[in-house]
Amino acid sequence: MGRTTRVARQIRWYIGALMGDSHYRRYVEHRARTHPGEPLLTEAQYWRMRHDQQDANPSARCC
Amino acid sequence: MSAPTAEPSEHIEETKGDVTYIRTEKDLPPVAIVDRSPITARHKLIFGAVAIVGAIAWAIIAFFRGETVNAVWFVIAAICTYVIGYRFYARLIEMKLVRPRDDHATPAEIFENGTDYMPTDRRVLFGHHFAAIAGAGPLVGPVLAMQMGYLPGTIWIILGAVFAGCVQDYLVLVISTRRRGRSLGQMARDELGAVGGAAAIIAVLAIMVILLAVLALVVVGALAESPWGVFSIAMTIPIAIFMGLYLRFLRPGRVSEVSLIGVVLLLGAVASGGWVAGTDWGADWFTLSKVTLSWCIIVYGLAASVLPVWFLLAPRDYLSTFMKVGTIALLAVGILVARPVMEAPAFSQFASNSSGPVFAGSLFPFLFITIACGALSGFHSLISSGTTPKLLEKESQMRLIGYGGMLTESFVAIMALVTAAILNQHLYFAINAPSAQTGTTAETAAKYVNGLGLSGPPITGAEITDAAKSVGEHSIVSRTGGAPTLAFGMSEVLHQVFGGASLRAFWYHFAIMFEALFILTTVDAGTRVARFMLSDGLANLGGPLKKLRNPSWRVGAWACSVLVVAGWGSILLMGVTDPLGGINTLFPLFGIANQLLAAIALTVVTVVVIKKGQLKWAWIPGIPLLWDLVVTLTASWQKIFSGDPKLGYWTQHFQFRAAAEAGKTSFGSAKNADQLNAVIRNTFIQGTLSIVFAVLVIIVVLAGVIMALRAIRGKGSELTEDTPVPSKIFGPSSLITTSAEKEVQKQWDALPASHAKSVGISAH
Repeated sequence: MGRTTRVARQIRWYIGALMGDSHYRRYVEHRARTHPGEPLLTEAQYWRMRHDQQDANPSARCC
Repeated sequence: MSAPTAEPSEHIEETKGDVTYIRTEKDLPPVAIVDRSPITARHKLIFGAVAIVGAIAWAIIAFFRGETVNAVWFVIAAICTYVIGYRFYARLIEMKLVRPRDDHATPAEIFENGTDYMPTDRRVLFGHHFAAIAGAGPLVGPVLAMQMGYLPGTIWIILGAVFAGCVQDYLVLVISTRRRGRSLGQMARDELGAVGGAAAIIAVLAIMVILLAVLALVVVGALAESPWGVFSIAMTIPIAIFMGLYLRFLRPGRVSEVSLIGVVLLLGAVASGGWVAGTDWGADWFTLSKVTLSWCIIVYGLAASVLPVWFLLAPRDYLSTFMKVGTIALLAVGILVARPVMEAPAFSQFASNSSGPVFAGSLFPFLFITIACGALSGFHSLISSGTTPKLLEKESQMRLIGYGGMLTESFVAIMALVTAAILNQHLYFAINAPSAQTGTTAETAAKYVNGLGLSGPPITGAEITDAAKSVGEHSIVSRTGGAPTLAFGMSEVLHQVFGGASLRAFWYHFAIMFEALFILTTVDAGTRVARFMLSDGLANLGGPLKKLRNPSWRVGAWACSVLVVAGWGSILLMGVTDPLGGINTLFPLFGIANQLLAAIALTVVTVVVIKKGQLKWAWIPGIPLLWDLVVTLTASWQKIFSGDPKLGYWTQHFQFRAAAEAGKTSFGSAKNADQLNAVIRNTFIQGTLSIVFAVLVIIVVLAGVIMALRAIRGKGSELTEDTPVPSKIFGPSSLITTSAEKEVQKQWDALPASHAKSVGISAH
């Protein structure tokens, strides 16, 4: 793996983790670890739940 | 600190040289590394060199006269001071006060659910935390403070951050993390008792309302009579809705993808705004007066706070995160490449009197009020408690996130200050003085600023008009609020580096758009948070109001939203119709409110430190608290009691009332009876708010003093820190991974995938 690919991958990983692209994957991994074999939410359902949660429990943005 | 753990758990320590490895389970690799290696000779040399370069840069800024200081020295002085502050002062706080225990699990680990509680890589969390704390505040305050010259603002932004702002953010994060991520309001109730806690919660709510109002006022000031600006910011709404629909129905979870599409559309909207503003219909539709624009923002704020999050708020938040990081990087590159030279003096004549046109009041205390975000911002304590602990992986990372995050915001403030300081000073005052002084036309404005006795050649009306034309506006006279000045300065810097003079107008409107985008995101989110605080507070009163506790009761949610929006909306309307100029009178109130929130946060932190028996180190949060109290209470005192009508709300109120009672129809800046009544009403509200804020904070601080004294006498109530739970994950502490940490990380990575890993989102 060349240096450029590695850096590009790091940047992609960073943006993905910061913006939330990898959140669903983390959720799946978390469920597999803690509740193996139990049903999972689909990605669309997962994000619905996330947004409902944000609706019920808003977090501030600063000035 | 060393409370015994409730559940039986192992604690195995193994020391190799200066490094101790701690395991909580004997079959697992270490979860914590305590590195006691002394500072190496190489590091000593590096930090010594940083200190020397920083000292040279400071000397050049402070003592080099003749107005030709290069902006790069500001960047160097700031970065060197941050490096030293982070390495030595933050480390001292960490060692003496925080004493992080990486063998204790953070709330993120304890409650991990793959959704809102998620141990997150420290570098990613740094980005999250920074995006949540930084907004328009650090961009606007330093611009307004430039009225006093660049030196006082620079010193306060850098030293204020190192000794006050970062300390607050860091320590609030620490105490919240050890209390399962509790919010500031809850911690105030737990630590200060019922009265202090209730006062803190009411104060937080009242402070949020004034913050939202003034931020909205900044947007109105930037967009009024500017069809290009209004068009591009209006386009963010359909763009955000498109992104929301895309994420909900087309490709859920592809957040960066949709954000990238959004940013491209947004740039398209800014670029096409010039054409739209040039057409008859465009100028017709999008040229809005301040009052109309205020109503638009009020309606928007209400709608945004009751619409579902996925539809508008979440996608807009993605856009603003993307823009924030991108634009700030762009500006830093611009300043380093263009290397502009200061036009502002180190100290202006307004530093020594209280007659400045941008904001009233003398350097002490009002400079420290005007620059709140960037040096010390109480609002951050709402992010550091509650939001960030839910994502924090390890206690030892709090220094990077809390202290380091605020240093970064301080750097943003320094760049904003530089951007304002490189503008022609006559132009600066033409943009920032209220219309009562400049008289709204380029000719009257030129006459006014030439009479101020500024350095440099006088300006003509034609030059002011040309400056406006160069950024695609009809006029830039009295565009108060800081945002247009910053946008003007940014277009000055960025067009030299990217695109030349033809892109100047684009960069100006790009800057206006992103500031408005941040502020509207804050207004959305802030209205929601304030609504929840309000319904929670009302529900505590009991009776039929208890129903408000149920968040799915829509009627209750709407009613509370209307109340919150009515609160900030009425202050906003008051500001835009004020003949004295809204920013001039309201911005100090905004700063006071923000700093008083910091006083509440620092009081809670100081009480916790004393209760823990760390009285010897209580000065670390105690000194910024004392300074903050002196500044804010002096400012409040002057706003309430000053006999100078420019400064004291009540003196102004009674003067105008006497004029009205004497049957006068014009007095001072009020040109007719309506304006006269407006001043009487506004000064009454502003004066009352000043009193309310100050009284609430005094109650909180007194409650804190009582608690602290009790604790010192050994009769204090118990600390509400939660019992530690042993950690089962690992994560490096600082930005750069040490070799010992790399070694341990390898052991964790070698474990079978089913095992509790460290952070499962690493790049490999």
